[in-house]
Amino acid sequence: MTTPFAVAGLTAPLGLLAELTHRCPLACPYCSNPLTLDDRSDELDAATWARVFCEAAALGVLQVHLSGGEPASRRDLVEIAAAAHAAGLYTNLITSGIGLDVARLTRLKELGLDHVQLSVQDVEAASADRIADYSGAHTRKLSFARSVTELGLALTVNVVIHRANIDRVAALVELAAMLGAGRVEIAHAQYYGWALRNRSALMPTREQVARAMQDVEQIRPHYADRLSIDLVVPDYYARRPKACMGGWARRSLNVTPSGRVLPCHAAETIPGLRFWSVREHSLRSIWTESPAFQAFRGSDWMAEPCRTCELRGEDFGGCRCQALAIAGDARATDPACELSPHHARMLALAEQDSTDAEIRYTYRGRRLHADAIATPSR
Amino acid sequence: MPDSDLPKLPDRPRLAPGVRLHFDTTRDAWVLLGPERVIETEGPASEILRRCDGSRTIDQIVDDLASLYTADRTEIASDVTDMLRELVTKRMLVAG
Repeated sequence: MTTPFAVAGLTAPLGLLAELTHRCPLACPYCSNPLTLDDRSDELDAATWARVFCEAAALGVLQVHLSGGEPASRRDLVEIAAAAHAAGLYTNLITSGIGLDVARLTRLKELGLDHVQLSVQDVEAASADRIADYSGAHTRKLSFARSVTELGLALTVNVVIHRANIDRVAALVELAAMLGAGRVEIAHAQYYGWALRNRSALMPTREQVARAMQDVEQIRPHYADRLSIDLVVPDYYARRPKACMGGWARRSLNVTPSGRVLPCHAAETIPGLRFWSVREHSLRSIWTESPAFQAFRGSDWMAEPCRTCELRGEDFGGCRCQALAIAGDARATDPACELSPHHARMLALAEQDSTDAEIRYTYRGRRLHADAIATPSR
Repeated sequence: MPDSDLPKLPDRPRLAPGVRLHFDTTRDAWVLLGPERVIETEGPASEILRRCDGSRTIDQIVDDLASLYTADRTEIASDVTDMLRELVTKRMLVAG
């Protein structure tokens, strides 16, 4: 592979997550958006997004994920998606399915949208709507999924897994198959931002996680000819950390609604990092020179036990945001690793949270923190 | 692996919905793009994939390749079959 960069070892990014807006009709308690949401008045306009997509393609990005918030909350979504396609990027729409009618979906398909990823909260409408804090959401999502497949668009169903739905992973996979998805993501909640705030309401027990992982492996062969099942593994009960983002500033970038460019969507939780904006800098200079992207690139920043670990080139020390959240230091080894001195405490936190009998959410972005109580799943 | 475990090949293969072939100028290579997937292709792979459009049979694809490359047809046929099987397993190739 040729490298377009003067700096040795610096690779080109493959993916760009475009958070078009933080606005969303849903209020899922594990939302990956930051606790402080960008205002509508600060959002980049469609022309700026078009420039960002061209710069991304020139930098080596192959896939763009139009996300949010709910990207359909942007009235100019079709224009923005058209610009992504025109830049030659594989264009994926990540949506809740709410606020996107068949007419607009048809236009997206006609202009070259490659793929749709739809979030589903649960198999039962009452539970799903309670998780999203939006009455009627589940039914509308099912009908949206049908429109996607009827138009011949490729569909992935994404389900974030937590204590209120973890006992139904097999049924969730079956729902995805029934909806005509070619792929389903069973994504165990990642505890940063909103999910960290809601951890005691979301964390499953160790036994639930083990059973859910077993269930998926058991049913996987049954779907081999029609559905790919991708797992995002839970790391509070893990022994080794995940290769978060495939390594810091190594494969992808994330542009916030107001134009700040981040190595991952939780990166702003790390104090002291400076993020450059596409309003002032080209994507190329952000990727190659910006301080936030340089901060944890490669392995020079690592301390022990990562520094001399033979797996450092595989897991990259795990997740920086999780190291900060649990160990209190973004440079520390991800406590999901059993070699971390904080590993036992992380496991204890999970076990303690998972035994909370009551599920009480702090919903994302709701002005009045209207809490809801769900029945524990067992 | 016994034959019965091998995935069945479609008569006239085409790329699955959401999958497309793209020339990546940065990396100077043909890549196959799918949901959360980027597969870099090498050598004749792109020539094979370009012909998976749902109109050609696998035999026709092999014939085409045999006219492009000097290798033995049997060898080409086995390479094509292996590659297409792998893509069927990854659900990136379907019947035309």
